[in-house]
Amino acid sequence: MFGEYSLSELASIFAMQGFSGLILFSVFVLMALGLAIIYGQMGVINMAHGEFMILGAYVTYLVSRAFGQLPHALFNVYFPVAMVAAFLVAGALGAFVEWALIRRLYKRPLDTLLATWGLSLILQQLYRTIFGAREVGVTMPEWMMGSLKLTDAIEVPVNGVLVMGIAVAISIAVGVMMYRSSWGRQVRAVVQNRTMAGAVGIDTGRTDRLTFAVGCGIAGVAGSAFTMIGSTGPSSGQLYIVDTFLVVVFGGAASLLGTIASAFTISQAQSILEFFLSGSMAKVLTLLSVVVILMLRPQGLFALKLRK
Amino acid sequence: MRFLSASDPGLRRQLIGLAILAALLLVALPLGLDAFRLNLFGKYLCFAFVAIGLVLCWGMGGILSLGQGVFFGLGGYAMAMYLKLEASTPEATKIQSTPGIPDFMDWNQLKALPLWWEPFHSLPFTLFAIIALPVLFAFIIGAAMFRRRVGGVYFAIITQAIAAIATILIIGQQGYTGGVNGITDLRTLHGWDIRPDSARITLYFVCAGLLLLAAALALFVQRSKLGRILIAMRDQEDRVRFSGYDVAAFKTFVFCLGAAFASVGGAMFTLQVGFMSPTIVGIVPSIEMVIFCAVGGRLSVIGAVYGALLVNLARTSFSESFPELWLFGLGALFIAVVMAFPSGLAGVWVDRIEPLLARLLRRKTTTPASPNAPGAPEPAPLARDPAAGRRPGAPSLNALSANPLPATPMTDAARAAL
Repeated sequence: MFGEYSLSELASIFAMQGFSGLILFSVFVLMALGLAIIYGQMGVINMAHGEFMILGAYVTYLVSRAFGQLPHALFNVYFPVAMVAAFLVAGALGAFVEWALIRRLYKRPLDTLLATWGLSLILQQLYRTIFGAREVGVTMPEWMMGSLKLTDAIEVPVNGVLVMGIAVAISIAVGVMMYRSSWGRQVRAVVQNRTMAGAVGIDTGRTDRLTFAVGCGIAGVAGSAFTMIGSTGPSSGQLYIVDTFLVVVFGGAASLLGTIASAFTISQAQSILEFFLSGSMAKVLTLLSVVVILMLRPQGLFALKLRK
Repeated sequence: MRFLSASDPGLRRQLIGLAILAALLLVALPLGLDAFRLNLFGKYLCFAFVAIGLVLCWGMGGILSLGQGVFFGLGGYAMAMYLKLEASTPEATKIQSTPGIPDFMDWNQLKALPLWWEPFHSLPFTLFAIIALPVLFAFIIGAAMFRRRVGGVYFAIITQAIAAIATILIIGQQGYTGGVNGITDLRTLHGWDIRPDSARITLYFVCAGLLLLAAALALFVQRSKLGRILIAMRDQEDRVRFSGYDVAAFKTFVFCLGAAFASVGGAMFTLQVGFMSPTIVGIVPSIEMVIFCAVGGRLSVIGAVYGALLVNLARTSFSESFPELWLFGLGALFIAVVMAFPSGLAGVWVDRIEPLLARLLRRKTTTPASPNAPGAPEPAPLARDPAAGRRPGAPSLNALSANPLPATPMTDAARAAL
């Protein structure tokens, strides 16, 4: 199968294939980071996570429409504004949902799952009513389109590079927040021992709300980044939910590093298999191996060593 | 034979509930509905099989499976494969380039019947497979996970992933499974045409009869020692384990039982609706099956049947008249049933309607002369007295209404895993 290509052409093909695997990896990381905070740190199942991502995408769409009315020079910089807006809107909705639903259900994780599924149905229908059933896409500024020529044969798309950059930036930001800030310390304390954390003066209710809001906000940013590589429909969020949960669980839920490692493993496995098999079979094989591995090793790749 | 003693009020109440359900399904509905509507109700009843299984797995055992659609699909596809092979005789398919194989295989350039389709020429094998396949599959999943003390949310996520994989696989392997359209154009069951109204009515009665059998079996399990162990495991798994019970074996058993129920429902679905497709296997239908059970009351077998009937009825009537509102309604139902009515319709019945009925009855029979006399004894205590009036047969439901859902305890292993 490689006969008709020269060696340098083959190298370029693998480089570009590897790069598309890296884009998939960035997408997985973006999807999973918010969930890694909400599920991994808080232990809350948020089945509406995909809908929070879509919310970010719709906010980006609205901001791009609004900037379309403004002078052309401003349009070039709408994207950072849109990402901040997506973070704030999704975070605010997250805080509200935590206050209205989640905080009453911390002791009943299975019920949280059902309630947030109900929430996801409502949000989907809401998007459909407001934005219509058709998928929407944003108009990109010129500088975000096209591709970078690395060598004569290797080209990488600019938006892919941007998505990767955002994924890296958000991963670092989340890492710093979780392991260096006082908020992160509080979150980890509450997760490990809620009663004790309360006893030493941490406002556990406030920590929970803030954590959930930040997780949802990051989902919003992820959705915002997705508008660069695809269009958005009311039920797009549901497509992500299984992948996202598997990435987080496979990584070992309490470990951010594990989430990133598992996103890398799953995305590379999938894009390499796609080279040999049809897309759906590659996906089936990848998911199936993940499920089988999880059945044999439920703690995932990186297990947190805790004495309980 | 304490189990059969009619003086046990819990048993008497459940038998009455079963009898009312039987009267509704076997007499009232067939008399009141035309063949089309009856067939529709027959379809709803198929989902009631899944809901009954979920009462045992989830309500009692604390095992929430979001992959019941897979088992429903296993039964449904097994039945559909048999029916499809019967419909694909060489005479009926002689216009195909390869006569004698199902039409969708021909469309996908398959030249011969795949080997794993061959056994489904036989009706006894198919009937055996409808029970054995899902039980085997559930056993593998259950044995792998429960032995490692994985449960709760983690189990739910894995089963959901399995539902997703099953759908992608079925849709992707179009030549072998019929793809996204599923297996359609089914005609006869062992030579008996399943399409005319008379056959549909017969199938409805078969389905209702099987459902009542399943409900009776589930009630038996619920009242047996197994049922009590399940509830004990749900609430204090470690204590049950330390008492010497093999927790994983009990969980695996009840999961297999739920899978078998779901599969029978799926097979009846195929027979009554006349096709089977991946849209009934995936994530969304699987989680909707959970809501049928939750609406009915996750601890009540009879309630689960009503839950499946009511939610499906609401879906049909809503999506006929207000398709936009249906998802809002379904979403709100998910939230409401979790936040406000954790014990579902059965809980509302036991806590609200029965005391009301008891009060009304008592007022009529004992104090007809002075209903408003200030000195008249307050009738409520009798109905409210937990020992006398309320469900001694299902102590968990009482506990439930007093204290909204005890937290499902996670095992140490699962905690470490999460």
